[in-house]
Amino acid sequence: MATAKPRVKLPKSASAGEVITIKTLISHTMESGQRKDKDGNVIPRQIINKFTCEFNGQTVFTCDIDPAISANPYFEFTAKVPESGTFKFTWVDDDGSVYTDEQAIEIK
Amino acid sequence: MNINRRQALGLAAGAAAIPFIGLGAQPAFAAAAEAEQRIMEFTGGKTPETGKITLTAPEIAENGNTVPVSVSVESAMEGDDLVESVMIVADGNPNPAVATFHFTPMSGEAAATSRMRLAQTQNVIAVARMKDGSVFMDKKLVKVTIGGCGG
Repeated sequence: MATAKPRVKLPKSASAGEVITIKTLISHTMESGQRKDKDGNVIPRQIINKFTCEFNGQTVFTCDIDPAISANPYFEFTAKVPESGTFKFTWVDDDGSVYTDEQAIEIK
Repeated sequence: MNINRRQALGLAAGAAAIPFIGLGAQPAFAAAAEAEQRIMEFTGGKTPETGKITLTAPEIAENGNTVPVSVSVESAMEGDDLVESVMIVADGNPNPAVATFHFTPMSGEAAATSRMRLAQTQNVIAVARMKDGSVFMDKKLVKVTIGGCGG
């Protein structure tokens, strides 16, 4: 789905070793595969099935997602910031598309 | 077609009984059993202990489509005192799996928040697996006013 738009919120700077909170949201219908259309046909499942967060290439947090996660999946988690660098966020769709976002953070 | 009174009564009783067996009890049992099985798979057959993990979810969710859920696990997130994964299951959903969070030492804390769908009033269970193999769980009953699956 080309309309999926990721949004990420995190502080622009942190002190070395600080644990920060990251909030992420991506617009996606998360079609569960349980719903039926007007004619009674099951609407095929299409969800984001994996979310990952990396910091300078190191994995911080990953999540395997099942259809029970709401539309526009929201994740809030923590990350340790040992140095200045870039957080990379990746969402993987059932149809194979990958949505990414990057946010830089500096050490005060 | 000729149906006398006795047959008609029998049919009505039969028709009334079917939904209870077919739709009421069975899927709920099946989902709970599947949830149990998923937990066992996740823990590697160990029975989870209580404590350490905290699951936060509303007591009453008005809208089953977006129910906020948080988990946090007491851990230093260093060395062997590390939370590897936390799995969330909802034992009354058509598919009990909700999500599995995987943490690393880079996470700093083992805490995460998301939003989930709940089809009906049910137990939400969070299970944490630590690096040393021990497992912990927490359980909350969430009352759902409007279900969030299908339509």
